[in-house]
Amino acid sequence: MVKVIELPVHSIAHSRAGDKGDVSNVSLITYNKNGWENIKVNATESKVLEIFKHLGATNVTRYELPNLMALNFVIENALGGGVNSSLRLDRHGKTLSSYLLYHLKLKVSLNMLPDNSPYRIKFNRG
Amino acid sequence: MFNYNRMSKKVYIGCGAGFAGDRYDASIPIVNEFKNIKGPKYLMFEVLAERTLAIAQQFRIQDKSKGYSPYLDFYIEPILEDCLNHNIKIISNLGAANPIGAAKRIIEIANDKKINKPKIAVVLGDDILNYMSKHDILNSPTMEGLDIKNTQITAANVYLGAFPIADALDKDVDIVIVGRSVDSALALGPLIHEFKWKPDQLNMLSSGTICGHLLECGAQVTGAYFADPGYKDVPDLYNVGFPIAEFNENGEFYITKPKNTGGIVNKATVTEQLLYETHNPNQYIVPDVIADMSQLNLIEEEENKVLVKGGRGHKKPSHLKATICSESGYMGEAEMSYAGPNALHRAKLAIEVIEKRVQKIGLQGKTRFEIIGAGSVHFSSEEETSYENNFDGDYRIRSAGFFEKKEDAEKFVAETYSLYCSGPSAGGGARTSITAESSTASILIDRKIIDPQVKIEII
Repeated sequence: MVKVIELPVHSIAHSRAGDKGDVSNVSLITYNKNGWENIKVNATESKVLEIFKHLGATNVTRYELPNLMALNFVIENALGGGVNSSLRLDRHGKTLSSYLLYHLKLKVSLNMLPDNSPYRIKFNRG
Repeated sequence: MFNYNRMSKKVYIGCGAGFAGDRYDASIPIVNEFKNIKGPKYLMFEVLAERTLAIAQQFRIQDKSKGYSPYLDFYIEPILEDCLNHNIKIISNLGAANPIGAAKRIIEIANDKKINKPKIAVVLGDDILNYMSKHDILNSPTMEGLDIKNTQITAANVYLGAFPIADALDKDVDIVIVGRSVDSALALGPLIHEFKWKPDQLNMLSSGTICGHLLECGAQVTGAYFADPGYKDVPDLYNVGFPIAEFNENGEFYITKPKNTGGIVNKATVTEQLLYETHNPNQYIVPDVIADMSQLNLIEEEENKVLVKGGRGHKKPSHLKATICSESGYMGEAEMSYAGPNALHRAKLAIEVIEKRVQKIGLQGKTRFEIIGAGSVHFSSEEETSYENNFDGDYRIRSAGFFEKKEDAEKFVAETYSLYCSGPSAGGGARTSITAESSTASILIDRKIIDPQVKIEII
């Protein structure tokens, strides 16, 4: 049986966040086909909205880029008014990419990880 | 055997800056690489954020010769002579609120260096205050749904496209300076000029736009803003090479970087930048085309060289976006550190003291208080962090507030500074700052109003 562990999506994808006004976009780009199949099904709009709700997010739209094995999430009202009217330390929401990578937890198998991933060690135990 | 690739024309575009404040010497390795390349070569500098233009307008009001990018000398001076000697054309939005002023300054730099006077084209027409009334601008519906009727406009500029830049290049100039244009136009303009693309060659315009989008943030496509040690390693980040695009006649292009530089170019770095500040990837809207990234393919052909193909385009939009900047008071920010045993409790008490003092002295403004090291960037100010906190540790409080009057912002930051003698035990490292704030809103303008106003002037 294939071993499956719940891990942050950081284990199988990388991300960058951009801003336009009070709208943030956060990408989720997988390292391989197996990771892509996982996020395509499990990284849903509602899960992402739940993760950013406490920052004021009201709506999330998800776009799929199968050729690039990537998703793009467009998150509305998540930036405290946007770069020119926010009082936050990170006015652009640049760090929201790492927030998603940590807080979105998915069931992950070894073949979704990139080579040499430090997360591989978790599959060696027991 | 007939080798089509060898026969076909290639255009080289390097990007030497991805924002105002990017490394001033980043373009030098690109220029050195270009010295050995035959064929058309362009060097773009993208240095104009939304806020930058509002600030530049203020400089222009104070001194009519100013208002171009205050960083112009830093970017242009090191490479001007080599660019002119090796036929590397410079394309940049260093013009900001005063593109003619920028061109004149570049000519001064050339004079100072005793080199030939460059021929410079300036694209005008982005400043809509020159041909639209304030009344019409302020009464336009904003894309954000904001009411701007009663605001004081400091800048109003429409995002121009790439065709004016191509027209400017048709006049056989060395340098093209623009004010507000879409960033990707700094690359698309030269491509239109070199390949003689027409407005209906939508797939080509789309590929050129995607190329410009990948270049416009400088090293963000060549391994910068990417490194996550142990997970995504990047060699020699301190020496990251800024990007070069090698664009083929057939609309396909490579993203690469100069030899002997740090960084990395692969599918992962290109994809991160492709989606950066992109909303619907099927509809990336610029004045010349609506680019569609959904059919793109990325192929790692060589080390640090990625082929990008499959750009599709849809008909250009009927309206262009303009950004309206207005004054919006002052932001005061102040920080103070608490470290060691029970530091988090002392930091929380410090915030309580500031909040009560602000109330007591009657300061009116929107405020925010947070503790750096306890979830500050990932939480709204009302929210308790979900990270596990240790009460012992190294924490820094931050207070931030918006005020109409500068004096009130000063009073606000003084409440953090005064913790030195009047706050909890052992606070240190206070820093305060006051910044004049500018708010922005976007409106859409029929391009029939804009197009006749776009002009090219040769300096």
